[in-house]
Amino acid sequence: MSVAFDEMTNADGSVRSAYSALARWLSDVPPDVLDYRRKEAEFIFRRIGITFAVYGDSDAQERLIPFDIIPRVLTGTEWRRLSRGLEQRTKALNLYIKDVYSKRDILKAGVVPEDLVYQNPVFRPEMNGQKVPHDLYVHIAGIDVVRVDADTFYVLEDNARTPSGVSYMLENREIMMRLFPELFADNRVAPVENYTDELLATLKSLAPNTATSDPVVVVLTPGIYNSAYYEHSFLADKLGVELVEGRDLFVRNDIVYMRTTEGPRRVDVIYRRLDDDFLDPLAFRPDSALGVPGLMSAYNAGNVTLTNAVGTGVADDKAVYSYMPEIIRFYLGEEPLLKNVPTWRCREPDHLKYVLDHLGELVVKEVHGSGGYGMLIGPRADKAQIELFRAKLMDDPTNFIAQPTLALSTCPTFVDEGIAPRHVDLRPFVLTGSDRVRIVPGGLTRVALQAGSLVVNSSQGGGTKDTWVLEES
Amino acid sequence: MLSRTADNLYWLARYMERADCLARIIDVTQRLAQLPASYGGSTNEWRSALLTAGCADLFKQFHGDATTEQNVIAFLAFAPENPSSIRNCFETARTNARSVRTALTIEMWETINSAWLELKRYSTKNMTREELARFLSFVKETSLRFDGAAYRTMLRNDAFWFSRVGMYVERADNTARILDVKYHVLLPDSEHVGGPLDYFQWASILRSVSALTSFHWVYRESVKPWLVADLLILNGQMPRSLTSCYQNITRYLDDIAAYYGRQGHAQRVARSTLTRLGNSRMDDVFQTGLHEYIDNFVIENNRLGSNITEQYLL
Repeated sequence: MSVAFDEMTNADGSVRSAYSALARWLSDVPPDVLDYRRKEAEFIFRRIGITFAVYGDSDAQERLIPFDIIPRVLTGTEWRRLSRGLEQRTKALNLYIKDVYSKRDILKAGVVPEDLVYQNPVFRPEMNGQKVPHDLYVHIAGIDVVRVDADTFYVLEDNARTPSGVSYMLENREIMMRLFPELFADNRVAPVENYTDELLATLKSLAPNTATSDPVVVVLTPGIYNSAYYEHSFLADKLGVELVEGRDLFVRNDIVYMRTTEGPRRVDVIYRRLDDDFLDPLAFRPDSALGVPGLMSAYNAGNVTLTNAVGTGVADDKAVYSYMPEIIRFYLGEEPLLKNVPTWRCREPDHLKYVLDHLGELVVKEVHGSGGYGMLIGPRADKAQIELFRAKLMDDPTNFIAQPTLALSTCPTFVDEGIAPRHVDLRPFVLTGSDRVRIVPGGLTRVALQAGSLVVNSSQGGGTKDTWVLEES
Repeated sequence: MLSRTADNLYWLARYMERADCLARIIDVTQRLAQLPASYGGSTNEWRSALLTAGCADLFKQFHGDATTEQNVIAFLAFAPENPSSIRNCFETARTNARSVRTALTIEMWETINSAWLELKRYSTKNMTREELARFLSFVKETSLRFDGAAYRTMLRNDAFWFSRVGMYVERADNTARILDVKYHVLLPDSEHVGGPLDYFQWASILRSVSALTSFHWVYRESVKPWLVADLLILNGQMPRSLTSCYQNITRYLDDIAAYYGRQGHAQRVARSTLTRLGNSRMDDVFQTGLHEYIDNFVIENNRLGSNITEQYLL
């Protein structure tokens, strides 16, 4: 694997312009000050209760995601290019999902194979021919991007269901401003705190036509035991809307109400952080105690908006991902502004053959996997792991894709040994309302804290950083 | 607001107040148990603490009749099997708080969350007296901070009113129970009412609810049972008195009714209890028996709790 691109320091040791002020500061500030502030940050995070739960880890019912105090910096020019690409991609995702559940032009044209839709476990036949408000499906998207050199961003993954992490983007900034006010004086950092205002405007714009001019919006959470519960309550709080659980809602005559101290109140828009499967025990999993019986029927009647729409999973698995460049060309007639990581689809025999011959160099992922689980990182795997994956691949090739191991860019990170480069990715959040697309400048930077590690997932020891987009002064 | 949110706020406030009360019960019991034998100090104080806290039966299931100081303190303060132990009060309060974080201010949440983190530092076994004292004052301070945070930072809307109603319903219950300690701690046969032991017992009760100084200011007399009862039941100036609690309950329930534009059972029941308190005279209370009076009050207070639940929280 080649040497990774470092976002602060060029190969010749010079500092890239975006980082000039930060690099100066880093060389001036004594390490014990950094250490002290890091501890302070951790203390604040714990006291505010910004925690997440790791499933299957009963010891640490509530853990903190490690926060790295050295921000990651993008220039305004870099960001504008990135954000145009994100907007383009989200537009295509919406058109694709709409097509899949209506005319299916893209399948007829043979651009995307039919079985990728029909055999997909997250394809929702209930949505066939179903009109959704404003023809939009993915209102809140989290598009994971990585960087490999000064000019190239790759999209790693589209999250079109219930992407999480935005609370960390906001809290990280808040903490940075509290701990390092001097840094913000030296750098013109574009604000992100208007995210929740933009989100509220987006959600309200999506209300069904039956709603009043001031639609009632709620956030639907699975409850306090969900790993992202903190984020759900954080968002509801910042949006100024009720945080409801399934039992707080009921449906009568295809209209959704919440139970309040003043009696039932009609609900127009549900920002749900609950998977499709659990939404409505009458339509999906009958054993779901988290959902609302009759919700799908109210949805089908057009009386409530669910964000994101039901069935968006057909657009964000890793097999569909590999078709995204074609999907963008098909609907928009444009070249993709953001590249895809080259992907071998193991469902195709010649691709499979290549993958099996090069297992030691590739990253192999499950099509429906997430959280960094169930993947093989070839260059870091031992023989036994490689053979295990070989067997898995031969057994069920359609379940896997493979990609080259990318040299993800690195950013300076404060670790036990001092300041050292660590690999990062970025999850910006794209909001699509009926009026327009909104993207706040920044996103959640995740960092692999282990030296050399490429796994940034919080469930596997990844941390987060504040992400700065500098405004040119 | 969501019924579930109102329910959580109401119970959150009740659990925070209950933790405070338990700390005070342990405090007063310790004082009573420490009275030297020459003052007739008896041996049933710790049993009386359980009766006061209303968990004597549950204790019996786990410890039988072994009402030693150590057992009772552990049971009231830390026992996981006691749903109303101080630890469980804080645990439940935090769970409630987590599910209504949007309705709490940062200050309230931080009080609960730091108390919950701090709680882990206190071990249950073999606490020295000093550690116990520190623990009890930590509990009381937590309730104080929570109460203060709520009072200083919450918007004056239904969220605030429901949490206040919860706090005062619980506080009324607790004041009644603390007053009842004296009924359960029987005077030994050799002692007479108004004797030194009697005096110290009443004084300890006052001290446990931080009311000894107030007592002297109000009555300018030595501690006498009917005056203590008057202070804690009828005196509207005393923030813990049943009258004061019900003035507040009535006021906040009326605020809710005005805000929602309609009233119900809860408002009527609260007002009638307040009226009854207003018409009570200490002579009559002692005539019918203080314990019976308190017993009746606790039952009525519980009934108001059910009315509030039916009207708003389901």
